[in-house]
Amino acid sequence: MQELALKISEEELDQFLKVIIKVYRFDFSSYSRESLKRRVNRVLALEKFPSIAELQYQVISDPDYFSHFVEELTVNVTEMFRNPAFFRALKEEVFPKLAQQKFIRIWHAGCSTGEEVYSLAILLQEANLLERSLLYGTDLNPQVLHKAKSGLFHISTLRTYSENYIQSGGQSSLSEYYTVRYGQALFKEELRRKMVYSVHNLATDQSFNEFNLILCRNVLIYFNRDLQDKVFGLFTQSLPNGGFLALGAKETLQHSNFKDYYTYLNKQERIWLKL
Amino acid sequence: MQEQAYKLVVIGGSVGSVGAVMKIIPELSPNFKLPIILVLHRSATSHNGFITNILQDKSPLFIKEAEEKEPVAQATVYVAPADHHLLIESDFTFSLDVSEKVHYSRPSIDVTFESAAQHYTSNLIGILLTGANTDGAEGIAEIAKSGGLTIVQKPETAEVDTMPQAAIKTGQVQHILTLDEVINFLNNL
Repeated sequence: MQELALKISEEELDQFLKVIIKVYRFDFSSYSRESLKRRVNRVLALEKFPSIAELQYQVISDPDYFSHFVEELTVNVTEMFRNPAFFRALKEEVFPKLAQQKFIRIWHAGCSTGEEVYSLAILLQEANLLERSLLYGTDLNPQVLHKAKSGLFHISTLRTYSENYIQSGGQSSLSEYYTVRYGQALFKEELRRKMVYSVHNLATDQSFNEFNLILCRNVLIYFNRDLQDKVFGLFTQSLPNGGFLALGAKETLQHSNFKDYYTYLNKQERIWLKL
Repeated sequence: MQEQAYKLVVIGGSVGSVGAVMKIIPELSPNFKLPIILVLHRSATSHNGFITNILQDKSPLFIKEAEEKEPVAQATVYVAPADHHLLIESDFTFSLDVSEKVHYSRPSIDVTFESAAQHYTSNLIGILLTGANTDGAEGIAEIAKSGGLTIVQKPETAEVDTMPQAAIKTGQVQHILTLDEVINFLNNL
């Protein structure tokens, strides 16, 4: 068996991250190392770089390539209605509380290509809440936000999404919400006009509004404890008492200095209520 | 088998592996000291506590799902959570990752085996069980190259032999054992 795969070493990664901070002021030093290494190794293999130095040269000499590299480095694996039980819990337990608000602000922190934003918009629509809602989608990466804004999703994904939608308690058919052309599904303008996408880096940027619900799913697992806590501080600042925080299936506030500000609304689905 | 300061056992498997693990883990001595990590393929929506609960009911060892940032502790059997890759950091804590599937699998056995091999080098034992896919073969090779010990389930005794056969083909498997022999081997470490 041939084993020629190029793998970045701990020292090379350290040095690489330092160069990125210097040139682009992008700091990945608080990210989980093993994931980061896997991501870099994946780029090295997929794009057939002959050496770490070649990759590093490409990254520092070409800002467009850097932007692509960031997209590869941060995990953008997402789907609509991922973990249907979670969306069902939002619908059944959080929506009735949101319905008491005159105006509903929701923040998807680290929204990637927007699949969850669209999922939530659809459920809000069916609960007659979308009209008075505004969904903010943020990510550190402008390229994924561009995709999110477009409302275009590849049709190959729709079968899974439709099944997820039904399991989430969707009341109609997912196909009601898009039109298909050239292998792409374009989601309806009535959903999109309720969304605002902007670049926001959880590691370095401040709170920018107050929200009734913050969703940040499968983002914090890539951060070290210090950065996780910093982000929890940011969320705590951005939620009023009675606001909701939703995390990924394996993420928790339990180890955070901010845990006393919250109580579980639904432990299984990782939804907290701010006290 | 040679005396070596082993510090971790990683066990991977796919189709049939829950049954295989149900045979192995309950038979381990209550004094078994090494941490064990189980990476078993199953559906993304499979109930998270299922494997942990059925194993705990029958085993003297402490069984739990691996959590992000949790330090790898002695005398504990960790189950890799469904729909996540399980990695080990250089400070011997777990981290989780929901990136692309590897060999159509998340958790992927290769991902955990390779990550463990990197940090545990010759102190690692990798065991690959029954399965209908080739995940784990590269991981086994990586463990052997890092100086660790590699074992696969004897293909004739596996519910599906694709996985053990793929590992054997890498030429990096040191022991081919039945499940009873695996139990014996572990209890005599």
